[in-house]
Amino acid sequence: MTLAARVVVGRGPLTVDVALEVADGEVLAVLGPNGAGKSTLLRVLAGLLPPDGGRVVVDGATWDDVAGRVHLPAHRRPLGMVFQDHLLFPHLSVLDNVAFGPRTRGAPKSAARRAAAAWLERVGIAGLGDRRPGQLSGGQAQRAALARALVGDPALLLLDEPLSALDARTRLAVRAELRRHLADFAGSTVLVTHDPVDAMALADRVVVVEDGAVVQAGAPAEVARHPRTDYVARLVGLSLLPGTAEGLTVRLDGGGVVTVAEPAQGPVLVAVRPESVALYPSRPEGSPRNAWPAVVAGATPHGSTVRCELDGEVPLLADVTATAFAELGLAPGSRVWAVVKASEVAVYAR
Amino acid sequence: MRRPRTPAPLLVPAALAVAFLVLPLAGLLVRTPWSQLGTLLTAPGVGQALRLSLVSATLATLVSVVLGVPLAWVLARSRARGRAVLRALVTVPLVLPPVVGGVALFLVLGRQGIVGRWLAEATGITIPFTTTAVVIAETFVAMPFLVISVEGALRAADARYEDAAATLGADRWTTFRRVTLPLVAPGVAAGAVLCWARALGEFGATITFAGNFPGTTQTMPLAVYLALQRDPQAAIVLSLVLLVVSVATLLLLRDRWLGRGAAA
Repeated sequence: MTLAARVVVGRGPLTVDVALEVADGEVLAVLGPNGAGKSTLLRVLAGLLPPDGGRVVVDGATWDDVAGRVHLPAHRRPLGMVFQDHLLFPHLSVLDNVAFGPRTRGAPKSAARRAAAAWLERVGIAGLGDRRPGQLSGGQAQRAALARALVGDPALLLLDEPLSALDARTRLAVRAELRRHLADFAGSTVLVTHDPVDAMALADRVVVVEDGAVVQAGAPAEVARHPRTDYVARLVGLSLLPGTAEGLTVRLDGGGVVTVAEPAQGPVLVAVRPESVALYPSRPEGSPRNAWPAVVAGATPHGSTVRCELDGEVPLLADVTATAFAELGLAPGSRVWAVVKASEVAVYAR
Repeated sequence: MRRPRTPAPLLVPAALAVAFLVLPLAGLLVRTPWSQLGTLLTAPGVGQALRLSLVSATLATLVSVVLGVPLAWVLARSRARGRAVLRALVTVPLVLPPVVGGVALFLVLGRQGIVGRWLAEATGITIPFTTTAVVIAETFVAMPFLVISVEGALRAADARYEDAAATLGADRWTTFRRVTLPLVAPGVAAGAVLCWARALGEFGATITFAGNFPGTTQTMPLAVYLALQRDPQAAIVLSLVLLVVSVATLLLLRDRWLGRGAAA
């Protein structure tokens, strides 16, 4: 384990008490609603906020130990952090932003600039080093911020809502790139997000935080399949289906074809929210393009809805109202048709 | 959408206000003895007073920047208690009649003053009625302008940039030098120009604490006042010089810093 932490910190009425372990090369997503204490947790890991209790240990070095009165200030922690709106220094060029870390950590100017230039190349904005951050698009700024965080070869990478400042179209491309860079990164990564798609697409493991406490942890698919609270069900209840896109058609790896509304090419992930899946006892009239036969494998009530686990060529989760569930006479083993509108299917590159 | 027409009850007083502010300056220009301008400007006392004014105002501004920027940082960023009291104390010179400031400086730094006596006994240095006294008087009156301006800039600056710098290995001093200060540079520049203009025009504290000796403590405003009693023509010319310097300062402030600061 490179990162092992238990963090207790009070923020007004909320007390955050979260334990985390992240291995080398592993990406952990901390998923939760706004105000759940995710960013507070990240600030403690970064050393920007001293915790009220607990320990933070990275690669055997103690960064925080409240009982032992240890607190390593932020600037002495070998970490990289990507902030929500990037926070590139507006008075420095993009290259000097990336060179800032190596410079403050003692590298000579020329060496720092060489390292920065190499990272700009790596994130695909080699030609933009002379620009000011204000002249970058959202996607370019995100790449520069990632380069700035990774240039020092940190032991720990912290990402605070790294994609939330981007528009939907840029997000798709940047998310796929970020996934690649995270896969190459040798240290531990903690990613904080309120977007389940980011968590599913980027993380090896997900920790769901609600009101300052961990309510669920596990592999993304596992958390999505067996949500333990209504909040988690709503938040991460996505069916993720790998496939290969060609225009508006995605051929799924597990068999079956999905029609989508946004054109894509190459390997993709298709995400379907359970509430957008409708169930019918027989193939519905008007031949909707996304209709698949399935068998109800399991059903769990969540509030006023029932989450049905569907087996078939296209495995899906479906949320139906308790009334509809009863009217359709559904039970494990029932044969149904699952229907999804093309516009309800999210598709993104993997 | 068109802007609404200015209502008549506002128009008349507004026009009066413009006249009130502009007419005296216009009068100054009208009464300027343009034909004798060259002779009057090259009179021995004028260059001396102008040089002294520019040098002392610039020194006062430098001292204000060196001491005032750290003070502004403390007021804006430190979590120490008593900051509100400190801010009130620091801004007193803004509202204090400058003559009172001069008297206060005299009582502390004068030959018989609390610090002044000790200084004279220990080192033989006496401050009043020297050019140093001019700089001290001007700094006392002008520094609050810089402190207020820089504190405002610091409060408006996003402190999260300092967090970002910390995660990049910068300690607090490095962060201040390489991130905070460049971010508030427009505010520091605007404050310095305001401070310089205020120091240049300083009269009350200077004449009280530093006196009125040509060559060592007689700055332009003092020279104007004195000239008005002896030679009104010379007073007009000296005033014109100060007016030109002030307008140039204003233009510099607007175009170089205020405009850019407002756009950022």
